[in-house]
Amino acid sequence: MSLIRKMLRGVGLAATALTALAAVPQAQAQEPIKVGILHSLSGTMAISETTLKDVMLMLIEEQNKKGGVLGRKLEAVVVDPASNWPLFAEKARELITVQKVSAVFGCWTSVSRKSVLPVFEELNNVLFYPVQYEGEESSKNVFYTGAAPNQQAIPAVDYLMAEEKVQRWVLAGTDYVYPRTTNKILEAYLKSKGVKDEDILINYTPFGHADWQNIVASIKRFGSAGKKTAVVSTINGDANVPFYKELGNQGIKATDIPVVAFSVGEEELAGIDTKPLVGHLAAWNYFMSVDNADNKAFIEKWKAFTKNAKRVTNDPMEAHVIGFNMWIKAIEKAGTADPAKVIPAMIGIAVPNLSGGYSAMMPNHHITKPVLIGEIKEDGQFNVVWQTPGTVVAEEWSPHLEGSRDLISDWRSPLSCGNFNVKTGKCGGASK
Amino acid sequence: MLLLRRALFALALLLAAFPARAQDPFAGLTASGFDDIRRGIEALATAAPPQAAATIAALQSGNLLSGPGGVLVIKQGDTLIDARTGQPAPGMTVGGVTAAGLRPVRVNNAVRRAAEAAMGSLTLFSPDTATRRKAAEAVFKSRDPASLEPLARAIAAEKIPSIRAEMEEARAALLLAIPATPEPEKLAAVATLRERGDLDARALLANLKDQPAAVARAAADAVTHIERMEQLWAVAQGIFYGLSLGSVLLLAAAGLAITFGVMGVINMAHGEMVMIGAYTTFVIQDIIRTSAPGLFDYSLFLAVPAAFIVSGGLGIAIERGLIRFLYGRPLETLLATWGLSLVLQQAVRSIFGPTNREVGTPSWMSGAAEWGHLTITWNRFTIIIFAMMVLAALMATLRYTSLGLRMRAVTQNRRMAASMGIRTPWIDALTFGLGSGVAGMAGVALSQIDNVSPNLGQSYIIDSFLVVVFGGVGNLWGTLVSALTLGIVNKFLEPLAGAVLGKIVVLVLVILFIQRKPRGMFPIKGRAVEA
Repeated sequence: MSLIRKMLRGVGLAATALTALAAVPQAQAQEPIKVGILHSLSGTMAISETTLKDVMLMLIEEQNKKGGVLGRKLEAVVVDPASNWPLFAEKARELITVQKVSAVFGCWTSVSRKSVLPVFEELNNVLFYPVQYEGEESSKNVFYTGAAPNQQAIPAVDYLMAEEKVQRWVLAGTDYVYPRTTNKILEAYLKSKGVKDEDILINYTPFGHADWQNIVASIKRFGSAGKKTAVVSTINGDANVPFYKELGNQGIKATDIPVVAFSVGEEELAGIDTKPLVGHLAAWNYFMSVDNADNKAFIEKWKAFTKNAKRVTNDPMEAHVIGFNMWIKAIEKAGTADPAKVIPAMIGIAVPNLSGGYSAMMPNHHITKPVLIGEIKEDGQFNVVWQTPGTVVAEEWSPHLEGSRDLISDWRSPLSCGNFNVKTGKCGGASK
Repeated sequence: MLLLRRALFALALLLAAFPARAQDPFAGLTASGFDDIRRGIEALATAAPPQAAATIAALQSGNLLSGPGGVLVIKQGDTLIDARTGQPAPGMTVGGVTAAGLRPVRVNNAVRRAAEAAMGSLTLFSPDTATRRKAAEAVFKSRDPASLEPLARAIAAEKIPSIRAEMEEARAALLLAIPATPEPEKLAAVATLRERGDLDARALLANLKDQPAAVARAAADAVTHIERMEQLWAVAQGIFYGLSLGSVLLLAAAGLAITFGVMGVINMAHGEMVMIGAYTTFVIQDIIRTSAPGLFDYSLFLAVPAAFIVSGGLGIAIERGLIRFLYGRPLETLLATWGLSLVLQQAVRSIFGPTNREVGTPSWMSGAAEWGHLTITWNRFTIIIFAMMVLAALMATLRYTSLGLRMRAVTQNRRMAASMGIRTPWIDALTFGLGSGVAGMAGVALSQIDNVSPNLGQSYIIDSFLVVVFGGVGNLWGTLVSALTLGIVNKFLEPLAGAVLGKIVVLVLVILFIQRKPRGMFPIKGRAVEA
């Protein structure tokens, strides 16, 4: 049905174009702007990504109620890359070349982002990536609305050092690129703060690891050396549930060995009995429990849209809200939805975030964010115990890593480079 | 004149009020900063007014509310109680909480720690034995020198030897923390802690500073002693972990041992039978939660037969509808059942949603028991017992029931069995149903330790095949031995090689073993296998 309508519209468009050139802009005004949504709706990552698809549909519907943008409606094009990394690239290509979308909102894991990156660069389209990640990347065609390591991991470690007086560290993560890079940065950072080798324990587990008995026991043993110990967890996905269950069963309380997690949010806690977890920490740039009018309004809208009063909101959802609002503003500023014009217009745009403040798009295509530390409460929400006084600018190239120390990213002309080496003065110089 | 007198009176009141406020031991709790609240708890514990313990307990459970003007009340059900007096607070119902501006006192980990320590010294004389035990533990951890004197009195008054011993240990910890303690007492304290011999004691002894030489030497000695003992216990603990992992593998593989081992069907949808069992548990718990919350602790007893029936019934349907057309064509069976597993996953995802479902743990399966220095978690222990019971029941069915007799007859010689009047197609369906039903029961157990998600089955299917093949196809004893062996080997490799590498090493070992003995550890002998 919609295909026929599209074809008719196409025929009509061609007819008007042929008869009167002056009518073209008007006909274009009728044409909706297409927005690609590239989130897994099946497979392992469906648990996290389906929510992001829903939030995008909500934002688009809302924008259309306001009359769209530049007088044109927005139209969502949803595809399912099925948690299959090569399929992400195929679906991205389909969105851009077949569906002719003006921007894509999508991806969750770093692998999927790395898989679609060449497609976006080749076809010069825009990707909004909403998840906290390991940094060490800056592409002209990607806008990173999630946190870089210095907007999440490093402030969390600082908090533990200052407030909990932690001296001994367990870095536990899932075995893939995000935890490995983050832990490399954290290890370098901790050592620069004078933490000794024997006070750091690094442990990796596969995706979906379910039997945590002796890992938790070894954390317990590591924590009994007489120094205050904390666990920094980059454990991803639903492996967290049995991990926290085992912590609870073996009686590790937050007052003894606190766990600070970078991938555990409201959505993940919705599937766990949170009583034994009270007091364990998470670092994010947004919590559902943040108390301000914008956030309350957003939660209300979300619950109404999903028709479920129990639905929770989380950090990557907020990142999509910021990214979407920035994109709308950039289109208005550029006067067109053409990606080539929107990309330069994005830099410098600031929109309100839901944590009470403004986030701005920086020349490195990352945004400024406040960092919040929350303690898990009995109801699965977070109690914000600390936050940065202002927003933090992302360090996409970590100053704590050997290879990336001298790199900067600035997509404004004349530099227009994602990995400019300040030592050699060359773009693309020795990132690794 | 009157005015002046009133003003003077007001001034006097004000002056009187100020020192009173300063001495009010509850004042700190009404502050807004975490540090102030923490100090408030410490002050309250030192002053120890009669209501102190009740107030701090309320703080720990999140029922302590503070309001403007130093109001501090405890919420008890629907009534509010003044924290300072313990009397009902008039004029402030819970319905009016927001009107009165009452908010829960904010808590973070530092506040929680202070509250635990305070409760320790405040409840040493509690009539409840469990509370006293917790108090001794709290004092051991907080090592607040102010607790020394009440602790000594508590030790003198204590009648139960085990609690007295814990209090003695707490006292030893305190004595070591106080620099002025004479050397012989310190040495005795080190001996007491050495006797305790657990990780907490090691942490304490390893961290002693500024001690006389003799004490430091004794402490270092005790630390090495504790570490040596811990290593021995760690072996025992490793065996428990291995048994626990092994029993999980056994549960997942037992059903497959029937369908693959006995019938020879490569059933890639076996994992989904496990997953459906787990979802059945979720549904049963959901019904119980809404209709009879009191029975929640027994939900698993209902879930086990329910999961058996649901998965078993589905298994029979699959056998009748799909697999019976594919006997003797292993490759097609493999592809068809794999496709089926995707269908089942997506069906569950459409019905229950893509997010994980929360399956509650009954209270009797939560927590852990300490046995010597072994930590035995109840959920794992229950699963070990359950796995053994399932295997025993399965063996009994095969051995002592007429269905089992027919099953064995059909697998050993199908044509002969048919000539004896056995309806072999029905036996095939029932056998497949039995295997699937056992997988469903495994799902009930797995719902307690893993995520109930549509992908649950996928993570066990490879392991299940591994167990069955390693143990010897068609042999339940082999499945048992192989599951436990793989579990224990895995758990001993994990600390050495890491979880990822550990799994790879196990896989390589099994492959090498299969190269040597292609029929697994306990192959079935005879002509039946060749058929």
